[in-house]
Amino acid sequence: MVKYIGRRLLYILLSLWLIITATFFLMRLAPGNPFTSEKQLPPEIKANLLAHYGLDQPWYAQYGDYLLKVLQWDFGPSFKYKSQTVNDLINTGFPVSLVLGLEAIFLALAVGVILGVIAALKHNRWQDYTAMIIAVAGISVPSFIMATVLQYVLAIKFGIFPVARWGTFMHTVLPAIALASTPTAFIARLTRSSMLEVLSNDYIKTAKAKGLSEFMITIKHTLRNALLPVVSYMGPLSAGVITGSFVIERIFGIPGLGSHFVVSIGNRDYTVIMGVTVFYSIILLFSVLLVDILYGLIDPRIKLGRGKKGA
Amino acid sequence: MEKLLEVKDLCVSFGTHGGEVQAVRGISFDLYKGETLAIVGESGSGKSVASQTIMKLIPMPPGKITNGEILFDGDDLVKKTDKQMEKVRGKDISMIFQDPMTSLNPTMKIGPQIMEVLKKHQKLSGSVAKERTIELLRLVGIPMPEKRINQYAHEFSGGMRQRAMIAIALAANPRLLIADEPTTALDVTIQSQILELIKDLQQKIGMSVIFITHDLGVVANVADRVAVMYAGQIVEVGTVDEIFYDPRHPYTWGLLASMPSLDMTDKAELLDIPGTPPDLTNPPKGDAFAPRNRYALAIDFEEEPPMFQVSETHYAKTWLLHPDAPKVELPEQVKRRVRKLAASFDKPVLAEGEA
Repeated sequence: MVKYIGRRLLYILLSLWLIITATFFLMRLAPGNPFTSEKQLPPEIKANLLAHYGLDQPWYAQYGDYLLKVLQWDFGPSFKYKSQTVNDLINTGFPVSLVLGLEAIFLALAVGVILGVIAALKHNRWQDYTAMIIAVAGISVPSFIMATVLQYVLAIKFGIFPVARWGTFMHTVLPAIALASTPTAFIARLTRSSMLEVLSNDYIKTAKAKGLSEFMITIKHTLRNALLPVVSYMGPLSAGVITGSFVIERIFGIPGLGSHFVVSIGNRDYTVIMGVTVFYSIILLFSVLLVDILYGLIDPRIKLGRGKKGA
Repeated sequence: MEKLLEVKDLCVSFGTHGGEVQAVRGISFDLYKGETLAIVGESGSGKSVASQTIMKLIPMPPGKITNGEILFDGDDLVKKTDKQMEKVRGKDISMIFQDPMTSLNPTMKIGPQIMEVLKKHQKLSGSVAKERTIELLRLVGIPMPEKRINQYAHEFSGGMRQRAMIAIALAANPRLLIADEPTTALDVTIQSQILELIKDLQQKIGMSVIFITHDLGVVANVADRVAVMYAGQIVEVGTVDEIFYDPRHPYTWGLLASMPSLDMTDKAELLDIPGTPPDLTNPPKGDAFAPRNRYALAIDFEEEPPMFQVSETHYAKTWLLHPDAPKVELPEQVKRRVRKLAASFDKPVLAEGEA
């Protein structure tokens, strides 16, 4: 197990290096630089600015410099937010995004699994059709439309929740729902089809032949096996929730990491874009690792750490 | 002998997109206490559906019991609700399935899978149930049961899994065990071990067994009586001797003639039954076996044959037993085994709707 995790960490480092390199060169390839919008800049000042941020160096020097700094968890200064470093932005923005993301994931899991289970148990009956209509709606309506509809109905019309901004728990409800709508629908469909598959298995018939009630069969025999695909979807789900939050945070005016990301792309704020990308990559790579470990705990047939050589 | 189970004119059908499939079309049979009845027939003959209907394990819908009674100890199981059936399943009637690879839960340890039954039906507490589980595993011949209860199904071999399934089935001392092709997925040496185990435990516990198989070798080994099913009906039923040494139905002849035996000469060929079973969405008029039957009479295509009684225990559903039917030459492979059985009537008589 320890050996397995060690090996996985090594892969994570390798992936990170590839991601850093790719973003670094892609940024260089894009035309313009952080100071292009300020047209009137005299050439001397521009040269000074470039020199200050090290942009006058040859690319390999910049690249090496950046790699070294990232290794020390230093993503450099922001080009646009004066006197703020990328680390500052992450430190203030990430906790907000994390709360929002976790709330959305929890909501998506709870509602999605329940909907899926009901749909599967009442297969081809009205409960099934209702759950699947909700699911299709959830998948087809983009989160930003969901967000505006929620804002209009629940905040403006009925005034139950604040329209936007960040502060209390009430502020988190609407963005979390908007963020969770697509994953909820996806999890519901995934749970349903996986439940149906498990229900057709012989061991469910065995459980029924034992005289167990439908409830017990669902809890003890069906659900655990049916949740395996849902668990493996958790990796991409955290990716989805995090990328989804770019837009949602903008709409609700939430000072999370996502909104910094969107703004910095418009500003060509190289260091912020790269820093946030690297940071997100780290989160994603670790959540995938976590999912794999979780998978091994749920399904005893999967033994982590046994190499292909057949230990 | 006392009857444990009486199935009367049972009909089961399944609603599908292509129409209603009549999987079981009016079967009747009795099962006595302590007896083993084998139900044989090819795939799709309705033998599995019939047996799963006894426990009401077929999914309803799309499955439906359209007619008949299943009297277990005098109680009609057809009328019971699902909640009432939970008290019968696993306690009075248990079942083991064909494929031990898939009939155990892969993410649950073997011990708890057996303990579930004990907790449900015998209301045993955790530690007592565990003791009893170890005892059961030892009974079915699983070595080191204390260690085995903490293992998962994938850590068991096929034969060991089937033993564990038998332990689950026998946990609450059922009065009827339905074994649905329990040895089909196992290799031959393991097969005979499992058959011996079932026979042995049957004697210890004194339960009745319904043994579903398409392997006539297995039938000869375990059964007291045999029912031959074709296209959702029982076409012949009798004691093992009657079915093996004095078969009367052409379908049974076909089955026997297609079974290899050790004393066969090199020249003797196995006979196959040509064609495939009929589509039970629209069961054919007359005898369902007629199109594949080389002995078919003209009337077979017109009218369904009634059940004829050949002896006290032997019934067959074929027009060939009618007094006016022509004498036919049996297939060579069957002729060699046929002998005159003392219990047979002089002439077959029409059965009174009972089999």
